[in-house]
Amino acid sequence: MKVVYFAWVRERIGKAEETVEPPAEVRTVGDLIGWLAGRGETYAYAFETPRVIRAAIDHAHVPPETMIAGAREIAFFPPMTGG
Amino acid sequence: MTIPVTIRLQEADFDTAREVAAMSAGRTDVGAVVSFSGVCRGGADGDAIDALTLEHYPGMAEAEISRHVEEALTRWPLFGVTVIHRYGRIVPGENIVLVVTASSHRQAAFEAAEFLMDYLKTRAPFWKREESAAGTNWVDAAAHDDAAAARWTKS
Repeated sequence: MKVVYFAWVRERIGKAEETVEPPAEVRTVGDLIGWLAGRGETYAYAFETPRVIRAAIDHAHVPPETMIAGAREIAFFPPMTGG
Repeated sequence: MTIPVTIRLQEADFDTAREVAAMSAGRTDVGAVVSFSGVCRGGADGDAIDALTLEHYPGMAEAEISRHVEEALTRWPLFGVTVIHRYGRIVPGENIVLVVTASSHRQAAFEAAEFLMDYLKTRAPFWKREESAAGTNWVDAAAHDDAAAARWTKS
């Protein structure tokens, strides 16, 4: 699945998007955050405080307990500061 | 009749007066037009900033704003809605965002504009980064913006 990152999540990881293939036990958005955080130092830094990370599946906001099966694009970003 | 809705994300500046005038041009049913302009401040809490850079999530930003405009149309008797949000580098004094709402009476237009702004602040995928003499810094989300958006949630 395609994963995209924005703002300081993107900067900390050092890339804007990538394709990942998490193992079957990674079922929810929260699981995916935990799995990504284990991929290296830059990921651990980006996801060091999971409760502040916001997520969207296919352009819609989702809470961490959302199942990721069937998602085309999952986005991770900090709280929004537009307007 | 279809209610005219304009949603634009753009790097370029916009003409607030033209957008406001367009809302009631050629029609006689509009009795109230409310506009809110968000402008880049030269400094927050006494620290001078040189510019803001707004990052956005293309695709989701349009979708999220559309969802909130649709909700505003179901909650208030509106005759038109315009939302313009800029991205890219913006210097102090320049426009960031514009919301224009039209209705037959002021209350609906005021409330809908405020509702849309409260949601743009907390739910639309935009992120501000400040440039100053000290370097660049991502702006933190403000708890009072979350509280403002929460007011509109029906219990």
